[in-house]
Amino acid sequence: MSANFYFGVEVFLNGLMAGVMYSLVALGFVLIFKASGIFNYAQGVMALFAALTLVGFQNGQIPFAHLINAIFGTDLHHFGWHMPAFLAILCALGVMILFAFLVERYILKHLVNQEPIILFMATIGLAYFMEGFGDLMWGSDIKKLDVGIPQGGNIWLEENTAFLGGEDFYGFYLDNLDIWATVLAAILVTSLVLFSQYTKTGRALRAVADDHQAALSVGISLRSIWVIVWSIAGFVALVAGIMWGSKSGVQFSLSLIALKALPVLMLGGFTSIPGAIIGGLIIGVGEKMFEFLIGAPFLGGATENWFAYMLALLFLVFRPQGLFGEKIIERV
Amino acid sequence: MNAIDSYLTPDGRTIGAPVMEMKNITLRFGGVVAIKDISFDIREGEIRAIIGPNGAGKSSMLNVMNGFYHPQEGEVHFRGEKRGPMRPHQIAHQGIARTFQNIALFKGMSTLDNIMTGRLTHMKTGMLSQIKWWGAAQREETANRELVEKIIDFLEIQTIRKTPVGRLPYGLQKRVELGRALAAEPKLLLLDEPMAGMNVEEKEDMSRFILDVNDEFGTTIALIEHDMGVVMDIADRVVVMDYGKKIGDGTPEEVRTNQDVIDAYLGVAHD
Amino acid sequence: MIYREAGDFKTSYAKDQQTFPIAFDRWGYFITLAFAFLVVPFIINDYWINAVVLPFLIYAIAAIGLNILTGYCGQVSLGSGGFMAVGAYAAYKLMTGFPDLNIVFVIFLSGGVTALVGMLFGLPSLRIKGFYLAVATLAAQFFLVWLFNKVPWFYNYSASGQISAPERSIFGYAVTGANALPAVSYLFCLCFVVILAWAARNLTRGANGRKWMAIRDMDIAAEIIGVNPLKTKLTAFGVSSFYIGIAGAMLFAVYLGAAEVGEAFGISKSFLILFMVIIGGLGSIFGSFAGAAFMVLMPVLLKNVMVGQLGWPTDMAAHFEFVIVGGLIVLFLIVEPHGLAQLWRLAKEKLRLWPFPH
Repeated sequence: MSANFYFGVEVFLNGLMAGVMYSLVALGFVLIFKASGIFNYAQGVMALFAALTLVGFQNGQIPFAHLINAIFGTDLHHFGWHMPAFLAILCALGVMILFAFLVERYILKHLVNQEPIILFMATIGLAYFMEGFGDLMWGSDIKKLDVGIPQGGNIWLEENTAFLGGEDFYGFYLDNLDIWATVLAAILVTSLVLFSQYTKTGRALRAVADDHQAALSVGISLRSIWVIVWSIAGFVALVAGIMWGSKSGVQFSLSLIALKALPVLMLGGFTSIPGAIIGGLIIGVGEKMFEFLIGAPFLGGATENWFAYMLALLFLVFRPQGLFGEKIIERV
Repeated sequence: MNAIDSYLTPDGRTIGAPVMEMKNITLRFGGVVAIKDISFDIREGEIRAIIGPNGAGKSSMLNVMNGFYHPQEGEVHFRGEKRGPMRPHQIAHQGIARTFQNIALFKGMSTLDNIMTGRLTHMKTGMLSQIKWWGAAQREETANRELVEKIIDFLEIQTIRKTPVGRLPYGLQKRVELGRALAAEPKLLLLDEPMAGMNVEEKEDMSRFILDVNDEFGTTIALIEHDMGVVMDIADRVVVMDYGKKIGDGTPEEVRTNQDVIDAYLGVAHD
Repeated sequence: MIYREAGDFKTSYAKDQQTFPIAFDRWGYFITLAFAFLVVPFIINDYWINAVVLPFLIYAIAAIGLNILTGYCGQVSLGSGGFMAVGAYAAYKLMTGFPDLNIVFVIFLSGGVTALVGMLFGLPSLRIKGFYLAVATLAAQFFLVWLFNKVPWFYNYSASGQISAPERSIFGYAVTGANALPAVSYLFCLCFVVILAWAARNLTRGANGRKWMAIRDMDIAAEIIGVNPLKTKLTAFGVSSFYIGIAGAMLFAVYLGAAEVGEAFGISKSFLILFMVIIGGLGSIFGSFAGAAFMVLMPVLLKNVMVGQLGWPTDMAAHFEFVIVGGLIVLFLIVEPHGLAQLWRLAKEKLRLWPFPH
């Protein structure tokens, strides 16, 4: 086998890892969409915001320091302590839950029964708001995020696969972080499925997802369900934010990467958790392989920018219901 | 039109040749058979009712008639010609208009604009003259507006001409929807439960409008209705459906005494 | 009592269908037009032209375009930035490829090219709807920007990858390039805006507009009453892209002078136009102007107050802009989905009755 082939395999594996990251964000979309019919464009920004908050707590940053300094002429920056990662994660989670509560209280409550597209545009507004708010709160410089997840290439894998190829093949290169992300994503998905299958709240969630009116009529509080769902989505965003943030730093582009979750969902269907996972893997592998085989050699590279969207677009034209959706029978 | 092809109604109108013929229609959704081997015709100038219990397949039948569903088996003949594979908008251009069981008005538009949409099949000016507006486009708009105003007068909805339809009460929305269908000057008018959810007074009004449409414009009408009393009063001939099958066909009098129909409505167990 | 319709009787359907049924509005419109053409060019200065007036006029065209697609035909697009790029690059290729071609034709042709591209990306709209379509239009956005970045033919193999507009003039006055006078650029844009707004109004008031709105409000019912969904959606995509392409061509040729695709026509531009339409008012030509004015003026105002008056850092003003815009979008969607245009309408309703309460 040529080294090129093994290099292709490595690209494939890296694609899978990237796909897991997409799936993580997509999962947050699916949760909210199932429970409230809202296509939450802000999910990516939520990941950014969660990561920013986490870093802020870890480093003991003072929220709105820049703003306070600008108004009062003070020179505040840090509280001067460093929070342990675990505690900081808990605090960030607390902020995301508070955020979920506020979203329900000030936005969702007022938009009940609006058309999906209006809700979608509202979440675009929410995304913009959070982006500006996050920057005001924590500053817009690129931040390093480190919660103790090992990073760098996995040497064990590299050394033990080097024998496969010839002289110029040094073994598969996979980042430890990606491997961790995969493991975490698997745990997250399993626990979410268990939660929705075996707990009372989970059952209520599924009931709401099925039919809002019917769920209301059996005494399920829609509003508290929404808070719960947005909290869970906030938690998923936090996990995704930690992963992405550890990988490439906490910065604005994080929310753009999260945009890729949208084509993932179009492939997998908006209501299917397995769909989100598999869609993410297809997009991750697809765009890496396309770039490797066609994009870089023939098209000048950077095809990852659009490949996912084009794939989803073409796919939807031929199968509008997505991979796992049921065929839609239109009624009048 | 030969003599056998027409008949005389008790109130003295002459009913002509078939406008639409449904021949051995079968419609399935996956494994579910919604309509099973049904044939009937609708004749020029008559009011034809389709009745039956819930889930009998009446609405599906209407959807087949205006081309929204395509039956797996059977033929639809309209004005003597077999219908090929067509999209609903092409069928609308052939002269079939309809109303919907759950009102399907354009909520962002006024009553006037909604009824004007009914004229779209008759409005032909191209995009360039639309952009120019003065000239052909304006003349066409005004001419069609005059006709729509006649319909507005006919349905007695002058006062809500410029009201967004979303703000209208249910009964009036139904009337606007009828207006939109009438504006198309259809050769065949399909009404899907025009009186559903109305009180007695509103039903009387609507019945009067339907009879007047048939009488004044000579429009052929096929309608689905639950209220047997209304159907018996206004329909010339009735098709009765149950579980996707036709169990009766004839004048209201014939249908009323048909044992199968009585069983279906009183709920005799099916074997 | 000055603003009223009593006594203003309509004696024909044509009069009932006119754009400004109330005499006071009609006069207001004519006076505004006269002011814009006859007074503004003589009093305007460079700062106002470049910071406010030119972007306002150009974005108003783009907003009208997106409003036709989203507000009238109900198809949400997040690809406006990409379509503006098509207009800009088409204009660049036409200007450099055919130096003798009049700039007016260049701009209209650029719109035409964009219309074709827009219709191509509009094809999937027959099969996919709502936010699925919105996401699908992202494909146009990212693909087009990538295309103009990667294919050197589009930027004439220039080393910087930038495109820059050569000088073109009308009646001896330079419109594009470094020698263009502000007042000339202004009048040039104004003419386009007036003509295009008038055309948009005519397209939306009659049969064509009703087809679009029928598709927007209930596409299945629209098809059943005889509206061809594919044709109607494609005309909406075509006309909309035509406007957006013209806006892109003018933004590049008249306003920026030089542009780099990722920077000038990125996804944030798509959102900017969408926000103009939402805040201004979906389904309203006037709203497109109001939204464009708002989104152009607000950052200028914020910058002046926060940076100029309070001495805050520039980036903080930018963050505030995000917060305010985002908050306003949500607020408008909750309180008044029809935007500034509806607020204006309500204000006029009140004014009609003033000073009597009913």
